[in-house]
Amino acid sequence: MPPDPAITVAGRPFRRPRWKLLLAQNVGLALAVVMLILSLVIYCVIYVAAQHRLPGNFELTSTVNTTMPLAFASIAQTIVVLTRGIDLSVGGVVDLSNAVAAVKLGDSLGSEILWSLVVLVIGATCGLVNGLLVTLGRLQPILVTLATLSIYQGIAIRVLPQPGGQIPQNYTDAFASITGPWSLLYVIIVGVLWWAFRRSSLGVGVFAIGNDETAASANGVAVRRARILAYVLGGVFSAISGLFLAASATAGDATTGNTYTLTSIVAAVLGGVSLFGGRGNGVGAILGAFISTMIVNILFFAHINPLYQSFYEGLFLVLAVVLVGSVGRLMRKAM
Amino acid sequence: MTDAGHAALAGAPFIEGIGLSRAYGGVRALHNASLAVLPGEVHALVGENGAGKSTLIKVLGGRVRPDSGEIRLRGTSVSFSGPEAAHRVGVQTVFQELTLLPSLTVAENLFLSREPRSRLTHLIDRRAMGRRAEELLTGMGIDHIDPLAAVEDISLSERQLVEIVRAISHEPDILFLDEPTSSLVEREVVWLFEQIRRLRARGTAMVFTSHRWNEVRSIADRITVFRNGGDVGTFTDISEDDAVSLMTGRHVETLYPPVPALTASAPIALETHHLASAHLHDVSLQLHAGEILGVGGLAGHGHRALFFTLFGADRATSGTITVAGKQVSIRSPHDAMKRGVGIALVPEDRKTEGLLLRMSVRDNMTLAILRGRLSRMGFLRRAEEKRLSSDLSRQLRIKTAGPHIAVGSLSGGNQQKVLLGRWLLAEPRILLLYDVTRGVDVSTKAEIYALIHRLAAEGKAILFYSSDAEELAHLTHRVLVMREGRIAAALEGNAITAEAIVSAAVRDTSPASGRGTHAA
Repeated sequence: MPPDPAITVAGRPFRRPRWKLLLAQNVGLALAVVMLILSLVIYCVIYVAAQHRLPGNFELTSTVNTTMPLAFASIAQTIVVLTRGIDLSVGGVVDLSNAVAAVKLGDSLGSEILWSLVVLVIGATCGLVNGLLVTLGRLQPILVTLATLSIYQGIAIRVLPQPGGQIPQNYTDAFASITGPWSLLYVIIVGVLWWAFRRSSLGVGVFAIGNDETAASANGVAVRRARILAYVLGGVFSAISGLFLAASATAGDATTGNTYTLTSIVAAVLGGVSLFGGRGNGVGAILGAFISTMIVNILFFAHINPLYQSFYEGLFLVLAVVLVGSVGRLMRKAM
Repeated sequence: MTDAGHAALAGAPFIEGIGLSRAYGGVRALHNASLAVLPGEVHALVGENGAGKSTLIKVLGGRVRPDSGEIRLRGTSVSFSGPEAAHRVGVQTVFQELTLLPSLTVAENLFLSREPRSRLTHLIDRRAMGRRAEELLTGMGIDHIDPLAAVEDISLSERQLVEIVRAISHEPDILFLDEPTSSLVEREVVWLFEQIRRLRARGTAMVFTSHRWNEVRSIADRITVFRNGGDVGTFTDISEDDAVSLMTGRHVETLYPPVPALTASAPIALETHHLASAHLHDVSLQLHAGEILGVGGLAGHGHRALFFTLFGADRATSGTITVAGKQVSIRSPHDAMKRGVGIALVPEDRKTEGLLLRMSVRDNMTLAILRGRLSRMGFLRRAEEKRLSSDLSRQLRIKTAGPHIAVGSLSGGNQQKVLLGRWLLAEPRILLLYDVTRGVDVSTKAEIYALIHRLAAEGKAILFYSSDAEELAHLTHRVLVMREGRIAAALEGNAITAEAIVSAAVRDTSPASGRGTHAA
């Protein structure tokens, strides 16, 4: 048999270089890295101006510890958003897990491990409820999770009516140590987990659903299963976020988690995750969480009146989103 | 299977559809249609848009369930719960709507839900996947698509190729291809037919649809003609004329109406002087009111750049455009559509470049005039909108249950008519028609031809590009043939023939090559 005729398309017979292709696919992540570096530099400059010295171990540690809960919440949000959904109940699950941890964590290692696992199961259950309602109930994610947000918050208040409870010291040392930025280790672990997730059937399924549900199903992706599991994973990561919050606060509060619903969306978007689904990276979302924290830090040291803080946060967010959108488009066009 | 068993099977159909019917919201897309596909045959389905070919393929490919009728696979009755179920029994389909996932890479798409795994961790081995995708593509003669490119970063025709490669890579027993060639250029069609021949030699049964008779004739073993949702006959040998009359009840000769006479004193509507851009070099042309000026040549030689530059979708780097004697600056489609300019473009790819598929026929038609004729102090004149759109639907004979129906549910030819209708409502002086009959059935083509002639007779100036030389020859007053972004030849009067257009398009004029007379 004669060899098949090779084909080349008129006007573009050659392949583009690999690095360009990879950059085009990871524009969001690349921009997140740039934004993080930029915000770090600005932070250092403002810090030096205000304190006449460079930020040290203490600043780094407290930044990392305050960011960890948001980092996990933004991972939770990212997994759901990738399926072209949204999870407004993130804040509710954080509250619930925070409250349960504060009430139940005992001083023994056994109790800590047991109740941490229980909290993760609670998070998974919350996610499962979301996933089942969205998938089998054929309801819109925004409605389902708006409703369950209130429900999970309500349960959290019932578990811990007043702020209080006690987080054991060794628990805090493990997850929010004040001696150094050790929690960055968890970021690395999550990075590895994300790497594995992207190479699992579930990971591919989640991306496929976010791209085109019908096409995904036509090509053998178990759409329902992948979507439900995405919400379950989201619930688990929200619960982890609540545990980190409890560890760094050393006590529980059934309302502090509320803000994570919106800030997790912000962090994901800053990290290059598309709210239209199918595009994004968990590592980017973590970077987005750190960028968010840096913006708050910068505003603090720039002596912005706390009353106007959310105004400036919003302003920076809009700027960042416009930047990501337009630079991304330009880069794709240039290739 | 024994040899005897194999021989017995050779005569029996691989897959069979018997008395299949399917309706969409009251419109009968398929009515009592039957089809038998034999092993190792290439079976062409021909018929107008909306005759039921695509619906039949969707039903047999497992994408759509029939309302009634039976599907038999190797003699046993089956029912597919989805395309995935069909895949499992060796039935692959390349649907007209592509099913690739845009943000994933070519390799990920090729191996979706059957990715190579690492033995150690059981995770997807992306390196092996990239390597195997590369082997798969180059093994089939495709060397210009990078398996690590995201699908959204490759061209439409490349996506179509990937879709075809994926279907073939499953080594199906039966392969359905719904209009596989409509987004491919000539070279790629040659490639596809090479693949089809190779699969046929292996015993694969293939069913494909096409509106191009020469494609059907060159590759099909049998042809089934469809009309009004049902099959009207299967033939091993049928002439184009007979096939067309079976499809439509009309003959080929009556397809092209006589070209309307041109008034000698007609004013110049559009003129360009030395127009140039990245893909366009020194193009000067004159288009008169009432004239149909054809533009021909091989794909990728600057036609698209010319049309898109005139419409403001591409930017000219030098040269001037004059409309009705006045020099104009067209930097965006908005400029082109402005009062006093009045240039409208009807593009070929109606799905990506023109129609809002989820919106209604009416909304799509009136889109270009919402801010003009239909607006009164910023409010929409609803009654006028209704009147205009239903008049136009009738006039263009758009087959739909009503103007409120989503355009996406219409057949291809009818979608194209909606797009044409939009620009007619805008009442442009100059109409740029870019391969508007591509993927459109014979009868709709005839209607579009008549419409173009009527518009020219009304005094509109029409620039008409077509990839079909026959169509150019029959429909236009003059033809400009483009090559490498320049106007290579101008044909007029009796000199316009399909042969002359093709030969002007491929003739190598460089004296050194000595092939100047080859094409003539």
